[in-house]
Amino acid sequence: MTIEITNLHKKFGKNQVLKGVDLTIDKGSIYAILGPNGSGKTTLIKSILGMVIPNKGAISVLDTPIKKNWRYRKKIDYLPQIANFPPNIKVNELIHMIKDLRNSPSAEYQLITLFGLEPFLNKKLSTLSGGTKQKVNIVLTFMFDSPLIILDEPTTGLDPKALISLKELIQKEKTNGKTILITSHIMQFVEEVADEIVYLLEGEIYFKGSIEQLLNRTEQTDFEHAIAAITTTGSHA
Amino acid sequence: MLKILKYSFYDLIRSRWSYVYFLFYLALGFVLLFLNNDVSKAVITLMNVIIVLIPLIGTIFGVMYYYNSREFTELLLAQPIRRSSIFMGQYFGVAGSLSLSLILGLGIPFLLYGLLKSNAIFDFSLLLVTGAFLTFIFVGLSFVIAISNENKIKGFGYAVLLWLFLAVVYDGLFLMSLILFEEYPLDTFSLVATALNPIDLSRILILLKLDISALLGYTGAIFKKFFGTDLGFLVSIAILLVWTVLPILGLRHKAKKKDF
Amino acid sequence: MTTHNPHHKYTLVLIMLFMGSFVWAKTWTICPTCEHNSIKQTIQLAVDHDTLVIQKGTYKEFEILVDKPLVIKGVEYPIVDGEKKGEIFRIVSDHVTLDGLFLINVGVSYTKDNAAIRVVQSNHFLIQNMVLEQLFFGIYLEKSSKGKVYHNRIIGEAVDEYNSGNGIQLWYSSDVEVSKNHVQGTRDGIYLEFSDQITITDNVSMDNLRYGLHFMFSNHDIYTRNTFENNGAGVAVMFSKFITMKNNTFRKNWGTAAYGMLLKEINDAEISGNTFEENTIGINIEGSNRIQYINNDFIGNGWAIRVVGACYTNSFKGNNFLYNSFDISYNSKLNDNKFEGNFWSSYTGYDLDKDGIGDVPYRPVKLFSYVVNRTPETIVLLRSLFMDIIDFSERVSPVFTPDNLKDVQPLMKIRP
Repeated sequence: MTIEITNLHKKFGKNQVLKGVDLTIDKGSIYAILGPNGSGKTTLIKSILGMVIPNKGAISVLDTPIKKNWRYRKKIDYLPQIANFPPNIKVNELIHMIKDLRNSPSAEYQLITLFGLEPFLNKKLSTLSGGTKQKVNIVLTFMFDSPLIILDEPTTGLDPKALISLKELIQKEKTNGKTILITSHIMQFVEEVADEIVYLLEGEIYFKGSIEQLLNRTEQTDFEHAIAAITTTGSHA
Repeated sequence: MLKILKYSFYDLIRSRWSYVYFLFYLALGFVLLFLNNDVSKAVITLMNVIIVLIPLIGTIFGVMYYYNSREFTELLLAQPIRRSSIFMGQYFGVAGSLSLSLILGLGIPFLLYGLLKSNAIFDFSLLLVTGAFLTFIFVGLSFVIAISNENKIKGFGYAVLLWLFLAVVYDGLFLMSLILFEEYPLDTFSLVATALNPIDLSRILILLKLDISALLGYTGAIFKKFFGTDLGFLVSIAILLVWTVLPILGLRHKAKKKDF
Repeated sequence: MTTHNPHHKYTLVLIMLFMGSFVWAKTWTICPTCEHNSIKQTIQLAVDHDTLVIQKGTYKEFEILVDKPLVIKGVEYPIVDGEKKGEIFRIVSDHVTLDGLFLINVGVSYTKDNAAIRVVQSNHFLIQNMVLEQLFFGIYLEKSSKGKVYHNRIIGEAVDEYNSGNGIQLWYSSDVEVSKNHVQGTRDGIYLEFSDQITITDNVSMDNLRYGLHFMFSNHDIYTRNTFENNGAGVAVMFSKFITMKNNTFRKNWGTAAYGMLLKEINDAEISGNTFEENTIGINIEGSNRIQYINNDFIGNGWAIRVVGACYTNSFKGNNFLYNSFDISYNSKLNDNKFEGNFWSSYTGYDLDKDGIGDVPYRPVKLFSYVVNRTPETIVLLRSLFMDIIDFSERVSPVFTPDNLKDVQPLMKIRP
C-alpha cells in the first residue's frame, strides 16, 4: 500500500470538511480524486502532504505514519494548484533551488526540452505567462524520481501540445511503477489517464472503483455523465 | 532552514523594495550629514527617524512578504523540509535583508564622513544595533499576525494597529499613568514601563548615550544609573532579545498547527 | 600736608630716580642664594612703599603677612610654595601690589577658608599677573575696596564641593575691578557676597564645580564680555538687585542640573547681548521681576528659558531662539511677561504683508514642557512620537498652556 488513510476528520472552524475518510491507495495505479467544489479533495491531498493537520485519524505513506514527520515528503512529487513562484527568481534558479532543497537526483533537462522551456530559463518568473509557469511547475514535479506523484489540477493553462506531453509523462511514470493521484475538472483528461476513481462528497468517500464500475453503477455510457449522475443513484460504494 | 533563508534573502535583496529602503537610508544619511556636518547631531535626528520608521517598515514589509509568498510557501510545504524551517528561513530572510539595507544605507555615508575617526562611533553602532533589533522584533510580530490571519486586509490592519499601539498609544497610556499617579514615586514604574516597550527602550538607550540625556534631569539620572551600567546595558539587550525571541516562538508554534 | 597731592607724589618719584638708591623707597632683591632669601623676613626689613623683587626660584613659605604698603614683584614667575600648611599671602595694609608670582599648595582646611591671597580690610590693592595652582581658595577679598584684580590665572583641581574653595571671592567689598582673569577648576569661579559696585569684565571662568560667577546679596554690579563655559552653572545671581549683564557668553554648561544662568529673587536687572549656547538650561528664572532680556542669542540649549515660580513684568525683546529643545518652559497658566519681536527658529508662520514680522503669533511653550513641569518623570517620553503629536495639536489649538503667552510680533528673519 502506498497510502493508507483511516478515519480522517478535519474541521475548519465550524465547517466539517472531512468526516471520517478511509482510503487505501495501492501501488502502481493512477487515481483520480473527484468531487464537487467543497467536497474536501484539496483538504484530503493536503492532509496527505502534511500541509493540513487532521483533527482525528491517521495517515501513513509508504508504511510510515506522517504525523510529526517531514522526511516522507521526499518520496512525494507534488504539483500545486496555482503556481505562484517568487517573482524575482529566474527559472533555472528556481529549478536549481528546488533541487538544492530536495537534495535528490533529478532529470530536468529532458523535461525542459519536452516543454520547450529553454528560451525562458534566464527569465524572471514574474515575466512568464500562466501556461509557461504551469510548464515550469510540471518540470519541477516530474524531475525527481519519487514513488508517489500528486497532481492538483495539472492541466491548467496548458496548450494542446503540452497537454499531450503531460499525458505521456503520466503514462511513462505509471509504467515505472509509480502511484499517481490526480485532481482535475477536465473529465476527458481524467477518463484518459485514470485507473481508479475516488469520488468525494461532503467529506466522505462516496464512490471508489474503476471507470467501468462507475459506468455500471450509474447505468451511463459516458464518463462525464456518469460523474454528473453519481450522486443521484445508488448507495455508497 | 539555511537554504530557505538563503533563497528568501536573495529574493528580497533583489526586489525593488529593498533598494528603495536602502536608497532611502543612504539619502537620509547623506542629507543629514550635508545639512549638519556633525556626526553626533545627525545621530540624534536619525534616532527620531529610526524609532518611528524601522518598526513601521518592519511591520508592513513583514506582513506584505508573508502574504505575497503564500503560494510559494505552499510549494515549499510539499517539499521534504521541516515546517518551522520554512518560516524561520523566511523570517530571517526578511529581517536580515531589511537590517542589511539599514546598516549599509546608513553605514556608507557615515563611513565616508569619517565616522571611524569620530567619537560618535559607539553611539552610531548602538543606533544600528537597536535598529536591527527593532527590525527583527517587528518583522517577527508581523509574521505572527500574518500567520494568524488568513484575511490579508485584517492581517495588515492588525499589524498596523500593533505598530500604532507600541509607537504611540503605549506612550499615551504611559504619560497618563505618570500624571495620574504623580504623587507616588514613579521611578521604578517608568523604568519598567520603558523597558517593556521595545520602541521606548531603544529610544532611551540611544538618548542616554547622547548629550541630550542631560535634559532628562533627575529621572534621567536614575535611568542612567540603571541603563548606564554594564548590567543595565546587558539587561536591556536581554529584554530586546526576549522581544525578538517571543515572536519567533509564537511563529513556530503557529506554524506547527496551521493548515495551508 | 596731604598725601593725596599728586604734585607731592611726582616729587617723590623724581627724587627716587635722581638718587637711584634706597633712601626713600628701597628695592629689595630676593633670591634663593641672595642675602635676602626669605620673603617674610624681607617684608619685615622693608619700610613703607618699598619694592620687593623676587627672582626666579622656589620659596617654601606660608602665612606671609604684608602689613605695609609694598610692591611685591616676581621676575620670571618665582614659585611660592605653601606646602599645604596654610594661607600664602595675607594683606592687611592699603596700597599693596602683588605682581607676577606663582603660588602653589595652599593648605586645605575644613574649618578655615585658606586662600592663596587674602586681602583683609585694605583698600587700593592691585593683584595682577599671578598664577595660582594647587589651591583651596584663590584670591579672597575681605572688606576690601577700591582695588583691582587683573590678569591672573587660577587653576584648581576641585573634585568635590565640600573640600574646594572659590577662585576669586569678594566679601563685603565694593568698587573692585575684576578683569581679564582666567579661573578654572574651583568651586565657584568668582563669588560675590554683600559686594556692591563691582565691575567684572573679560574674564574666562570654566570647568568650575558649581558656578562660573556667583552673586549673593550684591547690588549694582556689572559684568560684561565674560565667558562661562562648562561650569555646574554659568552664572548664579541670587537675592541681588540692579545687576547689569551684558555681552557675556555662556557655553556648554551641560549636565543634569546645569544652567547657563540661574536667577533667583532678582529684581530690576538688564540682561542683554549675551549668548547662551548648548546649556542644559539657558536661563533658569525663579521669582525674578522687572528684568529686561534684550538681544540675547539662545542657541541649541535644552531649555532656552525656564520660568519657575512667580515672575512678573519681565520683558523679552529682540532675542534669537535657535534650535533649542524647548524655547520657554512655564509652570503656571498665568503669564505677566511680555514676548515681543523675537526670532524663533521653530516658527512656521508667514508674512503676507512683508513687513518682516510674522502674521501669526508664535507660542513658545510646548505642551510637553508644560507636562514635564507638572510631572517631571514624564521627561522619559522625550523625543517620542506621541509627544510630537500632542505638541503639534497643542500648538494648533492651545488648551493647557497660557493663552496669552505668545510672541505677537515674531521676526521672520534672524536678528543679525
